[in-house]
Amino acid sequence: MKTILHIIKKEFLQFKRDPKMFAIILVAPVIQLIFLGYAANLDVEKVHTAIFDQDKTETSRNYIEQFKGSGYFTFDYYVNNYDELQDKIDNGKVILGLVIEKGFEEKINRRETANLQAIFDGSDGNTASIAAGYAQLVTTNFSKSIVTEYLDKMGRKIKPAGSVSAETRVWYNPELKTRVFMVPGIVGLLLMMVTLILTSLAIVKEKEIGTLEQLIVTPIKPLQLIIGKLIPFALLGFVSVIIIINAMAIIFNIAVRGSIILLFVSTFIYILSTLGLGLFVSTISKTQQQAMMLAIFVVMMPMVYLSGFAFPIENMPKFIQYITYLIPLRYFMTIIRGIILKGIGFAELWPNLLALFVIGAGILFLSAMRFRKRLE
Amino acid sequence: MNARTRAIAKKEIKQLLRDKRMMFVILFFPVFLLAIFGYAVNFDVKHIQLAVYDMDKSDKSREFINSLSSSEYFDISKIIERDDEIKTALDEKDAQCVLVVPKDFSKNLYGKREEAKVQFLIDGVDGNTATIIKNYVGAATQSFNSNFQKEILAKNGAKLYVPVSLEPIFMFNQELKSAKFLIPGLIAMILIITSVVSVSLSLVREKERGTIEQINVSSLNTFELLIGKALPYIIIALIDAVFILVAGYFLFDVVTSGSYLLLFISTLIFIIASTSLGILVSVIADSQQVAFTIATFASLLPSLILSGFIFPIEGMPFLIQLLTNITPAKFYIVCLRAVMLRGVGLEAFWQQLVYLTMFIIFFLGLATIIRRKKSA
Repeated sequence: MKTILHIIKKEFLQFKRDPKMFAIILVAPVIQLIFLGYAANLDVEKVHTAIFDQDKTETSRNYIEQFKGSGYFTFDYYVNNYDELQDKIDNGKVILGLVIEKGFEEKINRRETANLQAIFDGSDGNTASIAAGYAQLVTTNFSKSIVTEYLDKMGRKIKPAGSVSAETRVWYNPELKTRVFMVPGIVGLLLMMVTLILTSLAIVKEKEIGTLEQLIVTPIKPLQLIIGKLIPFALLGFVSVIIIINAMAIIFNIAVRGSIILLFVSTFIYILSTLGLGLFVSTISKTQQQAMMLAIFVVMMPMVYLSGFAFPIENMPKFIQYITYLIPLRYFMTIIRGIILKGIGFAELWPNLLALFVIGAGILFLSAMRFRKRLE
Repeated sequence: MNARTRAIAKKEIKQLLRDKRMMFVILFFPVFLLAIFGYAVNFDVKHIQLAVYDMDKSDKSREFINSLSSSEYFDISKIIERDDEIKTALDEKDAQCVLVVPKDFSKNLYGKREEAKVQFLIDGVDGNTATIIKNYVGAATQSFNSNFQKEILAKNGAKLYVPVSLEPIFMFNQELKSAKFLIPGLIAMILIITSVVSVSLSLVREKERGTIEQINVSSLNTFELLIGKALPYIIIALIDAVFILVAGYFLFDVVTSGSYLLLFISTLIFIIASTSLGILVSVIADSQQVAFTIATFASLLPSLILSGFIFPIEGMPFLIQLLTNITPAKFYIVCLRAVMLRGVGLEAFWQQLVYLTMFIIFFLGLATIIRRKKSA
């Protein structure tokens, strides 16, 4: 125990000597959280639209009004030919080009179906499909109102047949803001990056500088060394959790719905696994450069893409879904979003916690083993 | 290029080639990552996990449920029998959406010709997916209604009347695959990380080992030194870029619809800009650990979140929009999407190349100034 304390002391002394590093570790995450939190937004709020109204009648104007009234569309351009429309879409000025053909009103009056063309810039498939959904909704409602008006005139009952009306209710995040989904995710990413940067160089640095030899000839056991190296980082990581969670509540108004204690416990288990990964990288690398490359390419990037941070795991092909089970952040994402947004607890989350713990303990054990072999 | 710059570049290449493991990581990992992540990056919501709570259990309710499950968008993941199971299904992520069909569903639909209400409860944690689910639910109900009405009207010898119908056309990306939009961003991110991280240590290492003193006393001027250091990494990144683009072509059908020459030129400029950023990091940092930290925070998160790769820049608050200019990836992504997806010419994106060139001048200039001050 005493030996461990000595190593911890030594690590803290080293921190103190490098105040730049200290500042980066504690301040950078908060600044990044603020910027990234505001940026991480997939909500399609305003669909920029150009309109090509060839009909120019009362009905076509009514239809356009309906579009405006929906609040999803802004009409930036009124164009007079297809070339102009094409130009606006090509240059990315608008996402939607709405074409109302000549004879729109006439067809409706003759009780025929009037077709409208909605030309979308499909390059951002996500935005385009959401925008198309909005446009479809506006059109259906417009259609309905015409039918109702017609039937009223005919003096018949409003409904020719029963119909199903779907009432949708959105749970946990009724305003459908993507930000509340992304911000807890960014917390997970930042924690991973901070702990990984701290530990992945920890042992390889001693190797490169040559001080590892000195450590080896002392009576310190590998496990003691690893624990001694880990505790200061775990503490630092923990301090940044407290800072980040507070920043999240104050800046983004995202309060924790579930148990804070559970959140801390799971964060601790999560940090254990990322620290373990960092140490593992450190024990298998020969130079700091190698460690850095491995940390970024083998640990950080997969954590970003395969954790469900931005890209839902359910959308991935099956074989990629299997790979995601190896990613600690995947479990932590479910846990942190579950606790913060859904307010669920241990009863629902224990399988994720268990998986996280197994990965963390496993990787720590593995790096201790690696390290021992090296010493002999 | 003069002899002194060439000598530095030659020395750097020799040093790089000595570390075979490192070369392997730098050259092959980026392609490997593209191959895996390319499958993971998409927002295409299909196979939504639907839990069904059918209280009516009539022919008509089953028909309605079948109309959902027979489309590729919904998969029935669970059959619910009791009220309290709804919450569990959503809490534990067994379902993304719960459909509740009330007892009087078919009675209302047939008998009284009233609106038969159904309820869809959607897990809103992931706001983007939830919005898309909401759209699908609306469209599915709509098509069920119009089929049903057609049937009823046909019995009475009347035809269904739809006054207005909207025909969406999606340009550049007919099937609305979000991957086509995201893969250029992934390419940019992998390239910027590879360039920044690999070059950011080049000067720091000399500082840590003390060999920088020898360079300081040589006749080399700062600019020559920086260019000589950067050159080998630019070449490596260019090789990486070729690998990645070829892999993108074969694996993900990322066909370049525009000119290959333009693609090459913009890639080259982007790589030089990223490498300059790496050189700047290397000049600022005094230890490899600090370099690692700055390089990760400067390249990974901004190119992921601020570059417009995942989150549309138009959706960000104005201040953050200004901030997005700190990452060269933002401009390169616009170029890539223009050349690859839209197939437009230089006139659509030449500004981006100007911005990137300004980046190079700014980064290299700043690096030269800081280095002069430090060595003085």
